[in-house]
Amino acid sequence: MTTPTDTSVGGPAEQRPPTGPDAEDLRQADLPPVMPLAISSLGLAVIGGIVLAAQYGRVPSLVVPTALAAVGGLLLVTALVLLARVRVFAWPAFGRVMGWGLVAYCVEAGILAFVFVHDHTPTRELLLFGAMLLLFAVDVPLMLGFSVARWQPAPEPGREG
Amino acid sequence: MADIAVERTTVPAGPAEGPPPVPEFSIVPVRGLPIVAAILVGLVVALGSNSLWALTFFHVAGGALWTSIDLFVGLVVGPILGKLSVPARIEFSTRFMPKMLLIMPTVVTMTLGAGFQLARHLGNLDASYPHHAWLVASYVIVGVMTLIALGLLEPANLAVLFELKKPRPNGERIGRLMRVFILTAGITGVLQIATIVIMTFLASR
Repeated sequence: MTTPTDTSVGGPAEQRPPTGPDAEDLRQADLPPVMPLAISSLGLAVIGGIVLAAQYGRVPSLVVPTALAAVGGLLLVTALVLLARVRVFAWPAFGRVMGWGLVAYCVEAGILAFVFVHDHTPTRELLLFGAMLLLFAVDVPLMLGFSVARWQPAPEPGREG
Repeated sequence: MADIAVERTTVPAGPAEGPPPVPEFSIVPVRGLPIVAAILVGLVVALGSNSLWALTFFHVAGGALWTSIDLFVGLVVGPILGKLSVPARIEFSTRFMPKMLLIMPTVVTMTLGAGFQLARHLGNLDASYPHHAWLVASYVIVGVMTLIALGLLEPANLAVLFELKKPRPNGERIGRLMRVFILTAGITGVLQIATIVIMTFLASR
């Protein structure tokens, strides 16, 4: 497969779209591992949901799903804390994407939560499903916001806000 | 390498001056939002009323669209897109990817929300259901697809759109992200075949 850079786009060099590493590329090495942490957190929430749903109709063991949700939550908090410590970052773009993502994925998680409430799911299972849906509703917008903002030009330090 | 070299010679160069033109586009197609809202309201009504027909409709319609779009994008559109010239690829992406941003989460919510309720309604969800293992296998496949779609495909899709909004988009970066998009769409397309096998098996029991 080819990439857009494989082609020779005409025009003087200074007018061509950048093709090599630029400021945004070089910044990547300084960014914390938000994507692996968030995707692992989402993965644990998904596995926990599967374990819980697979036991539907019998008294479920909540040990494994609870542990998965707890570790997933820990990974999410770690990702958020590490990201919050980054100084040079396109925070406006991140906030815009994460904000709208939160709206969209909270609606989606809310509909799925409605299913469990409507089915009179027992309280402990409902709380666990709720915790996993919460991880889902925050993990996904975090990944979307980060994956957009990491490639956006960051404001110069001291000129934010 | 040979592949790249051939494509270098066959892909037409852009205009004589400046980067390839990027058409005006909206990252989120606002005109589609009322349609999404109407579908989601319909889904909530179906879930609340527990209507067997409505649940079946939302699950089958959503699942059919999800499966077909994944297969078509991953196995048909993706490879074609990889062979298009840069301007054509940009023009296609700016029209296609914003729509995917609305369509895919909507069909996934329809399929999963209605599917869970439908399975509960029919007793398939119960651990004592004779083909329970098949159902759990479908959960696992959907789980893997969810991770790929939400952790790789959608972030790549969105990042491409934002890159294209820049005054000087980075071609190499767009190429990298598009490769992720096409590869992950292909993987979810193949996983959808497994879902079809399981769902048709369960529906025929």
